[in-house]
This record gives sequence, C-alpha cells and structure tokens, in this order.
Amino acid sequence: MLGRRHVLAAAAAGLAAPGVVRAQELPGVTATEIRIGNTMPYSGPNSAYGVIGRTEQAYIRMLNEQGGFAGRKINWISYDDGFSPPKTVEQIRRLVEQDRVAFLFNTLGTPTNSAVQRYCNQRKVPQLFVATGADKWGNWQEFPWTMGWQPSYRTEAQIYAKHLLSQGKDFRLAIIFQNDDFGKDYIAGLRDVIGAQRFDATVKTASFEITDPTPDSQILSLQGTGADTLMIALGPKAAAQAIRKTHDIGWNAQRYLTNVSLSVGAVMQPAGVEKGIGIITSGYLKEQGDAAWRDDPGMNEYRAFMKQWMPEGDLQDANTVYGFALGRTLQQLLTQCDGNFSRENVMKQAAGLKTVAIPVLLPGITLDTGPQDYRPIQKMQLQRWDGASWVRFGGLIEGAEV
Amino acid sequence: MSVSKGLPADAAIAAIPLPAAATPAWQRIALVLLGLAAAIAPIFVLESFHLFQLTMAVIMALAVLGLNIVTGYNGQISLGHGAFFAVGAYCTAILMSHFDWSFWPTLPISAAVCAGLGYGVGFPALRLAGHYLALTTFSLAVAVPQILKHKSIEDWTGGVQGLFLVKPDAPFGLPLSSDQWMYLVAVIVAGACFLLVWNLIRSRIGRALMATRDHATAAEAMGMDIGSLKTKAFALSAMITGIAGSLSAVAIEFVAPDSFSFGVSITLFVGMVVGGVASILGSLFGGLFVLFVPNIAEAISKAAPGVIYGVILILFLFLLPDGFAGLLRRIAAKLRGRG
Repeated sequence: MLGRRHVLAAAAAGLAAPGVVRAQELPGVTATEIRIGNTMPYSGPNSAYGVIGRTEQAYIRMLNEQGGFAGRKINWISYDDGFSPPKTVEQIRRLVEQDRVAFLFNTLGTPTNSAVQRYCNQRKVPQLFVATGADKWGNWQEFPWTMGWQPSYRTEAQIYAKHLLSQGKDFRLAIIFQNDDFGKDYIAGLRDVIGAQRFDATVKTASFEITDPTPDSQILSLQGTGADTLMIALGPKAAAQAIRKTHDIGWNAQRYLTNVSLSVGAVMQPAGVEKGIGIITSGYLKEQGDAAWRDDPGMNEYRAFMKQWMPEGDLQDANTVYGFALGRTLQQLLTQCDGNFSRENVMKQAAGLKTVAIPVLLPGITLDTGPQDYRPIQKMQLQRWDGASWVRFGGLIEGAEV
Repeated sequence: MSVSKGLPADAAIAAIPLPAAATPAWQRIALVLLGLAAAIAPIFVLESFHLFQLTMAVIMALAVLGLNIVTGYNGQISLGHGAFFAVGAYCTAILMSHFDWSFWPTLPISAAVCAGLGYGVGFPALRLAGHYLALTTFSLAVAVPQILKHKSIEDWTGGVQGLFLVKPDAPFGLPLSSDQWMYLVAVIVAGACFLLVWNLIRSRIGRALMATRDHATAAEAMGMDIGSLKTKAFALSAMITGIAGSLSAVAIEFVAPDSFSFGVSITLFVGMVVGGVASILGSLFGGLFVLFVPNIAEAISKAAPGVIYGVILILFLFLLPDGFAGLLRRIAAKLRGRG
C-alpha cells in the first residue's frame, strides 16, 4: 500500500513538475498568491451594492487565514467603478494589464459588464459569475469566457409561466413591464413557455417608463382588457404603486411579482401589507427574516461568518447573504482547480460545477454548469404573500430549455 | 508678504504685453517642439493601460476646454456639458454601428450636431443668467440619459443596452497597436482644437467674448452684438465637448445611457475650476486631474474614496485658488521678475 502510494506520489510529482514551472508564467499566479480582480459600485447611486464586494473581501480574508489554496493566498483586488461603464473599462484594464489578475470575479452591473465583455473574451480572461440578472450572460457560444450566476429575469419569468400553466385553468394574462432590458426579459420568458402564437394572440402588455410618476393609467387600461392574471415586472417603487392600485380598483387578478421587488420594507409595507395578499413571487436565497431558517445549519454558518469576519455587516441585508454565497462559490471553484490556476483551467472548472451545495441557497437548489450551460442557478421556489411575510410553497421549479 | 502681494500686479503687467514681444522666436519654436515631444513620447514609453488612461485624460481635457469657452471666457455657467458629451458620443456610435462608417467622417457630423444643439440651448441662455442658467443646463444633463433610453429612438440608441463599436486600426500599415493609434488620434484632434481655440481667444472675437463676460453693458455700448456672441460661444463650446464625446465613444468602444449620468457634467466643471477658469492650458491640467485624482483617492482609502477626493479638491482650491493655470502664471511672472 505504501509502495503504491509512493509510486503514485512520484508519478504525480513528475506530472506536476512542468505545471509548477509553467505556473511562474501564468498571469496572476505566483508561488505565493492568486490575484483575482473585481469591480463594484462603492460610490454613486448604486453604492448599496458595494456591500457585496465587502462581504466577499471578508470571506476571502477568512479563506486566507485558513491557509489559502495549494499554498497560495488570494490577493483580492476590488476597484470602484461607480456603476459607470467608462470607469469600468478603465478599472478592468487596470486589473488585467497592470495588476495582471488571473481572472475577474463577480463584477457588478449589466451596462458595466457589457462594456468589458468583448475585451475579456478577446483577451481570454475569465469574467466569472457576473453580478447581474440579465439573460445575456449565458451565451457560451459567442462569449465563452463570460458566465453569470443568479437565475436570470427570463428564467424567473419562465417559472411563473410554468406555474400559471400548471393551474390547468384558462387565463387571460396581462403584463406591466418596465421599459428596459430588465422588464423586457419578463416578456421574453413568459413568451418562451406560453408559446409565441398563443402569447401574441392573447396576452396584453403595457410598458412603464421609469420616468413615469405612477403606473396607474397602465393598470387601468390593462384591467379594461378583461385580464384575470397580472405580471408585475417593475422596480420597487412602481411595483408598490401597482400593487396598491390593483387592490384599490378592486381588480381580482392573480398577481405575479418580479423578485427584484419582493422587499418587505421597500415594497410590501408601502403598498399596504393587506393589499398584497396572494401575490406570488420567487426566490433562491434564504433570508434572515424568514422564521423557517432560525435554526438552519446553513444560515447559522452564515451568521457565524458574519459575526467573526464582518461584525459591522447587516444580517438583514440580502446583499450580504449574496456575497457569502459568492464567496462560497469562489472557494469551490479554487478547490476544484486543484493547484492549476491557469485561465483555461479556471474557466473549465467554472463550467464544471456539479450539484454544488451552497448553505444559503434554498434546499434543493445547487450550482450546476457545463461546457454548454453557463447558467449556474436555474431553479427557484415560489412564495406567496400572506399579509405578513413570504410563504414558500410547492417544489422547486426550473426554467425552460430554450 | 510684500513679495506675494506684489505678484498679482506683476502678473497683470507682465502677462499681457510681454509674451509676443519678449519671447524670441527660437524659444517659441523650442517650446512647441518640446510640447510635441511630450505629447508623442508616451506612445513609446507607456504600457497600453497607461496609454489608455492618458487617452481618456486628453479627451476629458478637450471636453473641459469646451466648457471653458462658454463658462470661463464667456461667463455663462453651464452644468450641462455632459449632455453635449453624450450627444457627440452617440452620434459617432450610431453612425459607426448602424451605418458602418469609419471613425473620421463621424467627427464633422457629431461636431455639427452638437454645435446646432449648443446654438439652440444658447437662446434660452440669453434670458437667463447666473444660477438660473446653471440650473437650466443642469436639467439638460439630467434629462439626456433618460431621453437616450426612450423607446421612440431605441432602435438607434440601443436603449439601455447601449451600442458597441470598434476602435479604428492604425492606417497605412503603421506599426502601432490600436491603443497607440487611439492615443495619437486623441492627441491630434485635441491638439487641433486647442490650437484653434488658442487663436480664437487671442483674436477680436476672443476679446469680445471676455468683454461680454466682464461687463456686458459696456461691451454692448462699444457695438458688440451680445446675443449673437453668447449663442455662438455656446455653439462652439458644445461642438468641442461633443468632439470629445465622439473620441470617448471610440476609446471606450461602448456607449450606454449609464455612461453619461449628470456626474459627467459635474466632473467637467470640477476639471475646469481646478485647471483654471478661462485658461487653455488649465483645461489640459483639468482633464488630467479628473481622470487621475479619483484613482489616487481610491488608492489612499477604499472605504471612503469620495471623502479623500473631496479633501484633495478642497486642498487644491485652498492652495491654488485660481487653478493650476494661476500657479503657472505666478511662476512665470516670478521668473520674468528676476530676469
């Protein structure tokens, strides 16, 4: 047994030796560190998201304290881009050309990531697990070096359509959507599942400009079409107004709500908690406020992490849960790389996540990717507003294959 | 104390009559050659990332120059030049990505569009002064990103998704990378604009602009057409800022409404004040400042880069109340005083 082990070890060392020599030349990888780059809006109107970067920073500090990976510590370089695409281009170029990072991780924002997507793919720099809900990050044919993480808005809309169809009733669907890429992804997703022909023939849509003061007139005109089901694909403020309006005019439609606007404090309470009863939305992360997770081992792990490594963080903030989940994803990725941190291997491992459990994801939701599947999370669970909190129901639902 | 008190007076006397008369021709030629060398050297010295940063700084300097014409030389406060910057960028982006134009021919188009827009904005500016004008132009800067997203023009602007374009490659098989060529393009275009503005400001029109700023009634009494001057200054200023926007679109290779938030207008204003109001060379410094100083601030403190930036800004205004250009003027005056 010992002998065989020695032989194996010697063979492994022999195989690894060229790798070690090569490691000196790998971008972002030295004998003692792996450099990973990131951009976040630490300043500007979207700076609330900056806490994601800080949570990841804290998680990486923990990983480094625990010994790092294959003898290397992570050097996490995170710059502020203020959610401004020109600044993102500058910061990403700084990361790639000056800091020579091995890869980019969880850079935040749709326009900001769009601005550098082509650059990253031309240079073959992995642009991994970008923090945006747009649908375009799963495009492995055209952009093989870019990958998303969370379920896209389109996947989410597909899930609502599946639920709607599963009721087995006839329905007349109306959609109110914010007139941008976010809102339009819901049209696309619902259309995917309902079918183009039926969708175009029966579904009524009304667009809402983010500059409009209220969506009231759109709600009234949609009610006038005789629809009995309403999809609300609006940002928090307009969603709250829409929920209130549908209730006040006595429109008894089954309402679906984008999970962008599921915040209790920012949407459900301003709308009036009793006016939203019965609304259906979806989720994939556990929430600190949900009583079901009071003694959950996964959430306990998150709470212990926060207590030790990020005592100033807000447990209630969903962004810290998100940051923790991404930190765990990074840990899995680097473990899976097994000492070979070349960009090719990092990308290969990112596209080789197999039922990776993350403690703060809802039970049953795992990370799964493949060379032709760049959408790590595709399952979600529906939840219904009962007047006080969101109550999860039914099993996990997956988006459609399109 | 007495020395520093004497300085402004010296400067006032020295700055006007001396340069043309006292600087020998060989010195002027040497200065021009030195400037050219300083402008071209980075191509061979800097890595592509730093070259890219410098390209962006030159572009910002050009945009600040545009603002300086209307605010610095003509005294009309504009907080809306980010709007012209955006329109210039979108002109180039639309022509390049929808019509497959190459970069150069888009420049005159975007210059013309921005000049026209600036001329239009110039008219309300005739009736508004000071704070009211600042607010009116500011509303322009706030409105433009949302207008760009509007569905009626979404097919052209690409809506929130923005538009992608590609940097021009070096022509005639010049052995330059696209970053090096982009820098050269920015320097050539900006250089030409700086030269033209330099000449304009030293001409009859330039003096008329400043006279309008300093005392409109006196200027009018001397026969200047204030209305025409003000609207034309606005047009020229918008045109130059628009050209800078065009350059930025190709340098970044992407335009989106989020790239042109009202913060851009404020950034340009900061660049102008720090560089020196009513100074051409100051605009160049302003461009360098707004690009590099936020990075320095971030390097000092990740937690609160805004605070550090603010402190640096206040220090600058405290130590150089008349901007970088003012410092240069003082140094020059001191040297001449000794000579």
